[in-house]
Amino acid sequence: MTALSNTWFAERLGDHAIHSQYLEDHHPTHMPCLEIRRLDWAHAAEEAKRLDMRLVAVWATEAGKHDVDAEGKRALYTYMAFAHPEHRHALLRTELSAENPEIHSISNHYISASRMERNIQDLFGIHVIDTPDNRQWLKHEHWPEDAYGLRHTFDSKTPLLSDPERAAIDYEYVPCDSECAYEIPVGPVHAGIIEPGHFRFIAVGEKILNMEERLGYVHKGIERAMKGRTVSEGLKLAARVSGDSTVGHAWAFAQACEYAANIQIPSRASYLRGVLCERERIANHIGDIGAICNDAAFAFMHIQCSRLREDMARLNKGIFGHRLLMDSLIIGGVAHDISPIMCQKIIQQTRDIADEVERLRDIYADTPSIQQRVIGAGIVSIDDAKDIGLLGFAGRASGHYPDERIEEAYAPYDELDIAIPEGKLGGVSTRVWVRFEEIAHASRMIIAWLENLPKGDIQTPWIAPEAGISGFASIESWRGEIAVWARFGANEKIDRYFVRDPSAINWLGLELAVRTVPVPDFPLVNKSFNCSYSGNDL
Amino acid sequence: MLRILHQIFKVGTITEPLAASNQFELLGSQLNAAIKQQFQGSLAIRLVDAGSCNGCELEIHAANNAYYDIERFGVHFTASPRFADMLLVTGPVSINMKTALEMTYDAMPAPKLVLGMGDCAANCGVFGKDNYAIAGNVSDIIPVDSIVHGCPPTPTDLIQGILATLQS
Repeated sequence: MTALSNTWFAERLGDHAIHSQYLEDHHPTHMPCLEIRRLDWAHAAEEAKRLDMRLVAVWATEAGKHDVDAEGKRALYTYMAFAHPEHRHALLRTELSAENPEIHSISNHYISASRMERNIQDLFGIHVIDTPDNRQWLKHEHWPEDAYGLRHTFDSKTPLLSDPERAAIDYEYVPCDSECAYEIPVGPVHAGIIEPGHFRFIAVGEKILNMEERLGYVHKGIERAMKGRTVSEGLKLAARVSGDSTVGHAWAFAQACEYAANIQIPSRASYLRGVLCERERIANHIGDIGAICNDAAFAFMHIQCSRLREDMARLNKGIFGHRLLMDSLIIGGVAHDISPIMCQKIIQQTRDIADEVERLRDIYADTPSIQQRVIGAGIVSIDDAKDIGLLGFAGRASGHYPDERIEEAYAPYDELDIAIPEGKLGGVSTRVWVRFEEIAHASRMIIAWLENLPKGDIQTPWIAPEAGISGFASIESWRGEIAVWARFGANEKIDRYFVRDPSAINWLGLELAVRTVPVPDFPLVNKSFNCSYSGNDL
Repeated sequence: MLRILHQIFKVGTITEPLAASNQFELLGSQLNAAIKQQFQGSLAIRLVDAGSCNGCELEIHAANNAYYDIERFGVHFTASPRFADMLLVTGPVSINMKTALEMTYDAMPAPKLVLGMGDCAANCGVFGKDNYAIAGNVSDIIPVDSIVHGCPPTPTDLIQGILATLQS
């Protein structure tokens, strides 16, 4: 971690006559927030694209209660965050006109911005100019037209009632007029034990021509529910943005708060956070590899993998108090210290599981029935992956390698030499290969940390920042980068929480991957991404 | 193939035996008896995630793993509500999932048993009832026979919940 202010992006923007002003109330300084003029918004995104930066997120916020102007009005802001492999993250902010809030779309430069811009329209009522897709996203059709969930004037405390006149309105799916093609609607309630969402397939014969996602079914108002919580109450909520990446989400939230408050956690705590996060990575990869094989009727792998996953859950319960590691992080550190005996137990299990996985991997690689299904299925090309900014293992399978453990190099990853598997073919088999590799790498990391676990405290006392201070953090969860921006309000409470789960971007990857794939292969391809519905819908 | 067989024999049977004093197994045998008596040995469950964080789904998957092997008691998860004896609901009910939940419930045949799984199903959990995007907990939307608490409930808790629903 460096304390130096990162001026690279501001200078590049300056080269193109985009004036930017550094905002003092944003932390950390190596991921600065710059205020730009509204007129420069789309131009700045264009420059970022030219600089080969990756779009992290686009979001909006109202000024906090502490920031109300003399007439009692609150300013509206939009933010966008970019990341560069060498020059890290930079945030841009601009203020919108209060009477007529509108902003130019940047979807022409970054297609992944489209759904995020639709969320801005849905939850703030900000008009996005020149957007390629004007349909509602999280705000389903039955919501009353004037319901904007994140505006302070909106009554967020009572359940929203459907507008009976709007209940019959259908979402406009991409149509297909061909007589040879037919539509298959699936969901929101799916056939298995999974989350809800709607998929609309347009198929010709057996092959998928186009698949369109309609998500938002599990929208739980998480961003709004965070408002007014203390950091410890907030952490409990953040840990449940997506249950399978509870460590990743809790870490991202905690780190954003810790950056905002300018506190540094003890190195023992950061080592333990690393152990928790990598255990989560291993458990999810193992579970998913089993499930992918199960979708291709290779039940043996599924049974073996779910056995290993259960072994991990049981040790998690014994040592960290929760089978899925929920609430194992606290603000300023971690909740549980571990004794040398526990440390040995984790090391032993990590070794055992890594060995077992290698054995299973050999069997998987030598079984033609599964190999025939996974090789060449569900390909996302390198160009497409770069275009949408595909994250995590899915990106790494498609020749796009953003990994915050290396780029942002936050503790404890700054002390390790991290190898990332560099896949190129971008199909199901490559994603499985990347996952196998990551299990091996994560195992080595866990053992390296635990063998050199520093002594000392596991928590730094929390001192809340002043009202108006914001922090931004980016954590590499098992699924990919989780970005969190949090601003503090009065009385040490959280005033605004924005989170971007990697699924918000990787869902686009799935849409691209299933084109020309036979319909029965969809579950296989879907499982190889395993995007979170809850993390996307918030 | 030899390696597959080798792996299978090396791991052996890990499913925990019924006679053990283990709480799960005791529950299992009671559940087995209840399902035999009431459903002729087969209880079909349809899961609806009405807004969960997916933590509950992970534990339902775990209940199907070789350690717990919930299927040996006659419990299996079905794809259609049309032949489901029980509806298992996770999560607070989001306003966007309310209609889908009601439709699934309506599509079920009698006796329409309903089990709410997790603190969210019970009382909306960390997401809160005072939330615009949440229509309410499960019993606010459809009749519920029993609730299993936990965040998320463990596979053992789930078995207990299914048993309690059958006994209710």
